[in-house]
Amino acid sequence: MEYFSIFVKGIFIENMIFAYFLGMCSYLAVSKTVKTAVGLGFAVIFVLGITVPINYLLENYVLAEGALTWISPEYATVDLSFLSFIMFIAVIASMVQLVEMIVEKFAPALYGALGIFLPLIAVNCSILGGALFMQERQYPSIGEATVFGLGSGVGWWLAIVAIAAIREKIRYSHVPAPLRGLGITFIITGLMGMAFMSFMGIEI
Amino acid sequence: MSTEVQEVEKAVEKKSEPLFSKKNRKLLSDPLNDSNPITVQVLGICSALAITVQLQQAVIMSLSVLFVMIGGNVIVSLLRNAIPDRIRIIVQLVVIAALVIIVNEVLKAFLPDISEKLSVFVGLIITNCIIMGRLEAFALGNKPGPSFLDAIGNAMGYAWILLAVSIVRELFGSGAISFPGMGQVKFLPEGWFIANGGLYENNNLMILPPMALVVVGVIIWIQRARNTKLIEEN
Repeated sequence: MEYFSIFVKGIFIENMIFAYFLGMCSYLAVSKTVKTAVGLGFAVIFVLGITVPINYLLENYVLAEGALTWISPEYATVDLSFLSFIMFIAVIASMVQLVEMIVEKFAPALYGALGIFLPLIAVNCSILGGALFMQERQYPSIGEATVFGLGSGVGWWLAIVAIAAIREKIRYSHVPAPLRGLGITFIITGLMGMAFMSFMGIEI
Repeated sequence: MSTEVQEVEKAVEKKSEPLFSKKNRKLLSDPLNDSNPITVQVLGICSALAITVQLQQAVIMSLSVLFVMIGGNVIVSLLRNAIPDRIRIIVQLVVIAALVIIVNEVLKAFLPDISEKLSVFVGLIITNCIIMGRLEAFALGNKPGPSFLDAIGNAMGYAWILLAVSIVRELFGSGAISFPGMGQVKFLPEGWFIANGGLYENNNLMILPPMALVVVGVIIWIQRARNTKLIEEN
């Protein structure tokens, strides 16, 4: 039950886009058609589901204060958490590279669908944001951290697919010239964010 | 932190003053309007939206970004011939991450309240696309001098949007503006509020996340209405 509530929370209540604005750059740039939006969304779910648990292990067995006691009890006072940014981003950048190579080798069809999006993802703030939120919220086990990663990924996917569908339709409507493209996308995202805020009162 | 950045800025402005050719001036002024990082290049949106509830946070964030951008642009520009093309993204990320760690530690030590409020967003400067974007687009192909000016120009373009959004949101959302170092300055007498028998009420919607998007949308609208060459095709 705990897992389910973290998952649903990640999708609706603490949605990466509408509540924290993470990953906005690629959200705005790659949401012109539904097809590419779906591809990028799946790539984000995939990478979040892999990097959050890895960073969880890193945080709890290397970086946090007293995390190194598994080597020897004398390291109980060592606190490496100031290194967490550089470690997390290194893990993300290298995992993205690794995932890209593995997918290319073993699942060429999936690579065809995700391929061009994977390199973009290393600099998608929702991935690093997922790792930093995981660190801030101190999940009790790796299972919960993984579910949190997957849930936020699905929330991001939902957001980008929804905006892409709206943008495909909006091409046929009469938008004031200065608002065309970027401006109207911002305002629609704001309205969607207001709609998503109605999930805030729900307690699971 | 702020004085440090200002000093660096002053020192180099003096040095580059004779260099203020037309091209260099364009590097500084273009990002303010015609190629604004937020409203035109669509870079660095996440932080622009998330930390604009109060002016104070926006100012600190802008200064942090200014520092990281100048450092990153100059360092990467100096290293541009030594970085192999294939691993350039990782090298750039390491340079940026090191600078962001410095900013984060300084904020934690000297401004703990603000560091608390900015929470993960200081760390997210690393993936702030405005920095990566400028490194890729400018610093990798230009000398340190112009890269430095480009960094200042783009950080300023980013800063003015941040300040504008945060002033609007804070003024209408909480009826006050928190100038850095002065605390919150209230503009309306307490008696005007409904709670005290008056007629005015703060618009709490302004403080919530969605309104940041709408405010940026309106800024883009105003900017493009005045600067019509930026209008996109549908």
